[in-house]
Amino acid sequence: APAPPPLARRASGNSRKAQEISQGSDSNQRVPTSGLDLVPLKQVSVEVLDHLEHLALVDFRDAEGVERLQKAIQFADQLHEVNTDGVEPMDSVLEDRCLYLREDDVTEGNCTKELLENAREKVEEYFVAPPGNGLLIKIS
Amino acid sequence: MLRASLRQVSAALKEGRVTPTELCQRCLALIKSTKFLNAYITVAEETALKQAEESEERYKRGQPLGILDGIPIAVKDNFNTAGIETTCASNMLKGYISPYNATVVQKLLDQGAVLLGKTNLDEFAMGSGSTDGVFGPVRNPWSYSKQYKEKSVPKSHSEDEESNWVITGGSSGGSAAAVSSFTCFAALGSDTGGSTRNPAAHCGVVGLKPTYGLISRHGLIPLVNSMDVPGILTRCVDDAAVLLGSLAGHDPKDSTTIQDDFKPFELPNLTDVSKLSIGIPKEYHVPGLSSEILALWSKAAELFKNAGAKVVEVSLPHTRYSIVCYHVLCTAEVASNMARFDGLEYGHRSDMKDSTESMYAATRREGFNDVVRGRILSGNYFLLKQNYEKYFVKAQKVRRLIANDFVKVFRSGVDILLTPTTLSDAAPYTQFIQEDNRTRSAQDDILTQAANMAGLPAINVPTALSERGLPVGLQFIGRSFQEKQLLTVAKWFEKQVQFPVIQLEEVKRHDSGVFQHQKSASFS
Repeated sequence: APAPPPLARRASGNSRKAQEISQGSDSNQRVPTSGLDLVPLKQVSVEVLDHLEHLALVDFRDAEGVERLQKAIQFADQLHEVNTDGVEPMDSVLEDRCLYLREDDVTEGNCTKELLENAREKVEEYFVAPPGNGLLIKIS
Repeated sequence: MLRASLRQVSAALKEGRVTPTELCQRCLALIKSTKFLNAYITVAEETALKQAEESEERYKRGQPLGILDGIPIAVKDNFNTAGIETTCASNMLKGYISPYNATVVQKLLDQGAVLLGKTNLDEFAMGSGSTDGVFGPVRNPWSYSKQYKEKSVPKSHSEDEESNWVITGGSSGGSAAAVSSFTCFAALGSDTGGSTRNPAAHCGVVGLKPTYGLISRHGLIPLVNSMDVPGILTRCVDDAAVLLGSLAGHDPKDSTTIQDDFKPFELPNLTDVSKLSIGIPKEYHVPGLSSEILALWSKAAELFKNAGAKVVEVSLPHTRYSIVCYHVLCTAEVASNMARFDGLEYGHRSDMKDSTESMYAATRREGFNDVVRGRILSGNYFLLKQNYEKYFVKAQKVRRLIANDFVKVFRSGVDILLTPTTLSDAAPYTQFIQEDNRTRSAQDDILTQAANMAGLPAINVPTALSERGLPVGLQFIGRSFQEKQLLTVAKWFEKQVQFPVIQLEEVKRHDSGVFQHQKSASFS
């Protein structure tokens, strides 16, 4: 059998916790979040939060939501440990292939009725939205 | 008969030993009596029986459409199914009746398969437990198996059942549970970070993630466009090959499907593995991997070695960053994909009428659970102009490094990689929900999602039962579009380990025992 390789481990300020886990044989061990617990959470400014809410159109103003975002950012910050000099970003695993393009012929359509079926508010063949732009209303 | 494999029951249908309507009725009855599993969101009883009747007519005329004709199957509720509610286990799509079939669903129906219903999942396929949907969590059928009960500390009977049940894993938990509990012969799942392989491992079934670009995603409500694939869940590897054969191939409606001709294949019975080179990636020995699974993994490697295969330790150095990379790319793509849910054209719409924006915001607050909203928010953060290069593009670069790791290893002569699928056997529900979805997903996806990052095919093969009497699986990862080789090796391994059949009371009552199943010595 292959000899157990050294445990892959992130730089950890919480070595005692990591050690406990590697020695235990509990079948439901959890992966340690290592030293992340000790690094202060990144502060997200109120302006950025406002901007995010506006872009995402989800409100997440409670403390829990903000903390969740901060933890997500902190988690993502680990990416900066990786040296990516000279590496091109990868959009798709199929980048070496040509995208399929079909002939520009109309093959589908005329399904107005089906498309309107699932809308809650409609008038004749229109989807109906409430009036105006909320942002403008807020300012005025 | 319900415990038969897809191929076995298909032969029985052809020979007239059972009729499609009989088969369909039995499956529907079993679904009813296993309702406590909560595997199904919608049971399409009427349409299923109708499809079964039509299949029966074809068999009578001696003109079945193929091996899938009359076979009851289930589909994860994030695939569009015409005329049948598609909810993604979310309030956002409750009541949404799809106007069309996803391509994979259409293909199954065109071959005569009988669609029993839509299976439960984590909301919008975000999660690794199938616990976070609006219809409640899915229960792992193994919680009620003789094998698990024998190993549990006996308490009072009702307390035992109610508090000890274990999760299915996710997010395709409903599909895995449906196949595992014999209510269908195959099910469709989806796999973005391991969502087919993870529940397959916990439920003791075969879970195949095909190469990205092989099977059409048209009609699969997208999570991460660059990683999503439809997943296949069956009770044995041969059945997975059958499903693959029916589903793979270019789809003009999905421009991310490759144009190469796909030829369905039957799997050979491999006897000589001496030409095979199996790679054991050392970075998959992660902290948190249970000693049981570690031992099983080693044993599997030994098995290949003793059979004459070349078994080598390999390195995929960027493995530990794949979960971080996934976190950024996934949330970014989710932020984009979830933007379509605004209440105007379909799905939930809030009563808020003040303005378009406030209607959108209220609709999305009411329609999405915390997990989805959290990911949308994070994703939008990473996509902000000031963060785009730093996070999103950076993650795309790291993605290339991860994909290159695999390329290098396969180029060095390794044919297949062998890794664990999960960190441990299935956790009890009460324990699982103590940590939040993001933490859990980050932990549970660690072994599966690099394959999605690189677009590679991967399969979970049930291997043995844990000390708690629950299934444990191992994962094989293959080269792009080399599903035949991957499945051939998986089939050989499956034959070696002889994973035990689940012993469920409910199934015994519904089954006629037409097919005898041997209880062979298991691999442990």
